[in-house]
Amino acid sequence: MAEEIVAANMLTCRYHEGYVLRDITFSARQGDYIGIVGPNGSGKSTLIQALLGLKPVCSGSATLFGKPCSSFDQWGKVGYLPQSLHLFNPSFPATVAEVVSLGLLSTKKFPRRLTQHDRQIVDVILESLGIYDIRSKLIGELSGGQQQRVLLARALVNEPELLILDEPTAALDPDTRHKFYHLISELNQLQGITILLVTHDTGVIGEYASRMLYLDTRMLFYGTFDDFCHSPEMSALFGEHSQHLMCHRH
Amino acid sequence: MNILEILSYGFIQRALIAGTLIAILCSVLGVFLVLRRLSLIGDGLAHITFGSTAIALAFKFYAAASLLVSLPIVLLSSLGILKLTEKARLNGDTAIGIVSSVGIAVGITLASVSGGYNVDLLSYLFGNILSISQEEVWIALALFILVIVLLALFFNDLLASTFNEELAKISGINTRVINAVLVMLTALSVVLAMKLVGIMLISSLLILPAASAQQLARSFRSCILLSALQGGLSVVIGICLSFAANLPTSATIVLINLLCFAGSCMIRHVLQNNDN
Repeated sequence: MAEEIVAANMLTCRYHEGYVLRDITFSARQGDYIGIVGPNGSGKSTLIQALLGLKPVCSGSATLFGKPCSSFDQWGKVGYLPQSLHLFNPSFPATVAEVVSLGLLSTKKFPRRLTQHDRQIVDVILESLGIYDIRSKLIGELSGGQQQRVLLARALVNEPELLILDEPTAALDPDTRHKFYHLISELNQLQGITILLVTHDTGVIGEYASRMLYLDTRMLFYGTFDDFCHSPEMSALFGEHSQHLMCHRH
Repeated sequence: MNILEILSYGFIQRALIAGTLIAILCSVLGVFLVLRRLSLIGDGLAHITFGSTAIALAFKFYAAASLLVSLPIVLLSSLGILKLTEKARLNGDTAIGIVSSVGIAVGITLASVSGGYNVDLLSYLFGNILSISQEEVWIALALFILVIVLLALFFNDLLASTFNEELAKISGINTRVINAVLVMLTALSVVLAMKLVGIMLISSLLILPAASAQQLARSFRSCILLSALQGGLSVVIGICLSFAANLPTSATIVLINLLCFAGSCMIRHVLQNNDN
């Protein structure tokens, strides 16, 4: 049986205004591609941040590679790509190569020195993602699609076993978005990288993900997209006639 | 008066050595502060230094000894600004404003209680680089080496957490420690720079070289180098020019930095137009 990469058991997070996540239970094994969907404010990003130890968990538990998220320290196994908007100061004077090389720091101990070999690793990932030619450009001078590729290269440069993406295509045009998801799917299928993808686009989940987690503070559905299309939850959430509209692409 | 004549004076030599070292420190740290939108922390810590200098002078600690009183107070205050930002859910500028006004209030109160403002305290308001003593040069050198070694050790951690704190945390970097290191290094540099440009103008040494470098740099490392170069050169030129033309030294240094910034903006504008 494949290794359990991510697990949440009755995971609950609450802030001043009340519950943001309540009793979430799911797990992902090696090679899974899980799409996380839900309306705005449903707790999708909070779930990701709780799994990454960036937000405190009130009750329940969450683990990464079998270790509690709060004390997880094998960050070289995890690649993370947040929303590109507002991610960094647009006038930040760092080159593409400098930004991508920061991804290698997770595999280093203090003082985190980058070697000539590390620079070669960076060149390899830049080449594989088709952005080697812009390695000396400043990140702020790139288009949204190029910036997202650079940040993906940063997330992939340490060869992670788990890739977490939080609405990664929010700022991209439809064509670039399609190419991006195709690339992620290849990483999942060819390299066996486990994917957790937060998105608003259920079509993407139908096309690429092996399972879907529907959140609205609570977990409303967890299973395959096919099962979701034929589930009573689907009709309850979107109405009787929604099946054709949402599932026809699948 | 020619340049060799100017350089033959002992007080000019001391000013050039200490001034260049301090300006390089401030310019390098300034790059991180400007990119984190913490530019005004220098101003806040300078106000605290004023308060702590007033404490030192009230207890009859003068010159280099006053630095030793100021350093721990300013270091603790720098951590206080961080704590206020984290715990009291305040923006950085609000926390800086609170701490700096307390610093000035303490300074004014103590100066008043201990018999009014004296020449030493006023020199911290506007800077008096030409009065730097031999002891202060040695302290500047020791702290320069300390700060440069710490910067070299933490360079990649500082770069990662300045680029994006969330991504840095997921790279296993303890961003709280890194933030504390940055503000403490800044505190050390500000205490040293007080004698150079004074409270009123200290932000210029932290902000202007970094802002100029940001206009022209083609990589992060080149940004650091350009900033350090401008900071160091502005002090050398500023000291010589002010002595030769009988101008106030700290203000001359600031104006040279301003000219460099204006020049950098113009060069960037020209380069961008050529690219288009």
